[in-house]
Amino acid sequence: MNKGAKRGVLSLLVVGIVLGIVLWGGFNTAMEATNTEQFCISCHEMEENVYQELQDTIHFTNRTGVRATCPDCHVPKDWVHKVVRKIKASNELYHKFMGTIDTPEKFEAKRLQLAQNVWKAMKDTDSRECRNCHNFDSMDFTRQESRSADSHDEAIEKGYTCIDCHKGIAHSLPEGYDPAEDMPGEG
Amino acid sequence: MKKVIVTLMVAMVTLMFTGGAFSGVTSLRGDKDLTAGADENPMRKQVITQGAVERSYKIQPPMIPHKIDKETINLKTNTCMKCHSEKTYEQKKAPKAGDSHYVSRDGKVLETISTRRYFCNQCHAPQLNAEPIVNNQFEGAK
Repeated sequence: MNKGAKRGVLSLLVVGIVLGIVLWGGFNTAMEATNTEQFCISCHEMEENVYQELQDTIHFTNRTGVRATCPDCHVPKDWVHKVVRKIKASNELYHKFMGTIDTPEKFEAKRLQLAQNVWKAMKDTDSRECRNCHNFDSMDFTRQESRSADSHDEAIEKGYTCIDCHKGIAHSLPEGYDPAEDMPGEG
Repeated sequence: MKKVIVTLMVAMVTLMFTGGAFSGVTSLRGDKDLTAGADENPMRKQVITQGAVERSYKIQPPMIPHKIDKETINLKTNTCMKCHSEKTYEQKKAPKAGDSHYVSRDGKVLETISTRRYFCNQCHAPQLNAEPIVNNQFEGAK
């Protein structure tokens, strides 16, 4: 290899690395920008329905001032699963343009189906997004209300996942969902 | 006769006013001017007990010994029934809603809770550790 070819390869490498960093950084920055509460509620479908309901719950206002925002529960933390979720979100874009839930009435009519989708996703991942913050290993049962401690004990023993019991904790429950029919470990 | 009645009335009115002044009646909002703010209610933590709350009289609706701020009762759903319904109470080790709650107003026994008993917190309430505003000698049935 002569001197000129060597220089060519070297400069190609440098350009490649710089371009890689810029493109990769740009991609990640753009993706993170779609991963903020501000981005989510920039659509009125989210802002007027689910975001209003969230504000009454413990994940928004609480004793210690820790807040979970939309992506904390609805977007996976680790990269591969995050990208998969982002690709799936293109379906949400389609329905945004179709105006599937663009009024509160349409949203309400679809709520059961939408909720069931999220519940199923959480069940399939063993409530992965909940467990980013909540961990059985870090739970001090002696500091819980006895009823909660008993239920959590049972959940560990029988392998229940968070969403089995904790439905409707951040948003209103849909019409057509009967809490009495929904026992963990059944169905 | 007229004079007697007028005298009596004057006497009664005077008695009413002086009597009121001496008994020192204050309203429940305290000795505050109407324009001033009332006493602030002290923040109280809810009482959470292990078992049931003791009843004060025989047919009292049982009081709620746990928090209910995360529960919802509305047209769409009643999350109390997650534990207190006929289907779930055994597994959840919770008291089942009373049999009287499964009867319609025509006396028909229903499978699920009657709509007229749907709003649990009309009768059942969580408890705060609060002193009675007016002291009294009420003693609950034991």
